[in-house]
Amino acid sequence: MNIWIAIGATAVGCYALKLIGLLIPAGVLERPLVQRLAALLPVALLAALTAQQTFADGRVLVVDAKAAGLAAAAVALILRAPFLLVVAAAVVVTAGVRAMTG
Amino acid sequence: MTSAGSGLTLLQTCALSLLVFTGASQFALVGALAAGGNPLTAAAGAFFLGVRNAFYGLRLSQLLALPRAVRPFAAQWVIDETTAVALSQPTRRSVRIGFTVTGLSLYLLWNLTTLLGAAGAEAIGDTDAWGLDAAGPAVFLALLAPMLKTTTERAVAGIAVLLGLGLLPVLPAGVPVLVAALAAPAVLYVTGRRGTKTADDVFVGVANEAPAGAVNETPADAQNDVSGEDR
Repeated sequence: MNIWIAIGATAVGCYALKLIGLLIPAGVLERPLVQRLAALLPVALLAALTAQQTFADGRVLVVDAKAAGLAAAAVALILRAPFLLVVAAAVVVTAGVRAMTG
Repeated sequence: MTSAGSGLTLLQTCALSLLVFTGASQFALVGALAAGGNPLTAAAGAFFLGVRNAFYGLRLSQLLALPRAVRPFAAQWVIDETTAVALSQPTRRSVRIGFTVTGLSLYLLWNLTTLLGAAGAEAIGDTDAWGLDAAGPAVFLALLAPMLKTTTERAVAGIAVLLGLGLLPVLPAGVPVLVAALAAPAVLYVTGRRGTKTADDVFVGVANEAPAGAVNETPADAQNDVSGEDR
């Protein structure tokens, strides 16, 4: 039952967050400063999330096989590889490093 | 798969994907529940991770320009991937098509793979051994890379990484990412101070002053064209 409460609260909260952004009036968004900020915020959030998902294990920072996988993805991106190839490179290299260091 | 491995039932796992539909929040909720966390604390962590979708919505609403009545239905699809696809489209028509196609296909795929994953998790065993946990950050990196056009964006990304990792051990789950988001206004403030003083000139000041400013003009122009249509 507790799990259902958590699921319900998360579902309502996350939906409300998505809706708020869409409902804020367009006039506010036409100010250049707001536009510039709205363009930069996803950059900051994605960068922080990428780093955390790669180097965080719970609340501890670690460098493991995922770091090698992310490096492979970065190389694939520099070589202008298609999206799926970038993700595949990260997965394969991570699995490979884990298999070798096992 | 992750959630099936941490004590949630098949139904609960699928309900998460259908109702929450924002991957990071789902993983955070499941992780906190698996660690024995209080359900409301777990939900709060998931909520904080979902805050970025509100920022995406801000950006999307000016590009999509949806009628008010349609917005509640579009809202569920406001996530990382749909935003990235929509932002890279040149016209309002293709922005709308990109958002709808990405939203629909991801929603179907995400829920289908959740069902298959929850049902088949035991058969596969340890998903980490297959390197699948590296797919998440790789997807984010692929979304992020095309955005890093000028020194301003690179500075924001660099500071956000430092804040996100540095604060991780000391702040509750989900909060470091929000603090990292402050890198955006901080860098904007600094570049604004170096250029012109008034707030409304900041955009022009940044574009003219940054060494790679010329590169930045293409997306800015495209975006102005799109938002210009409804004036």
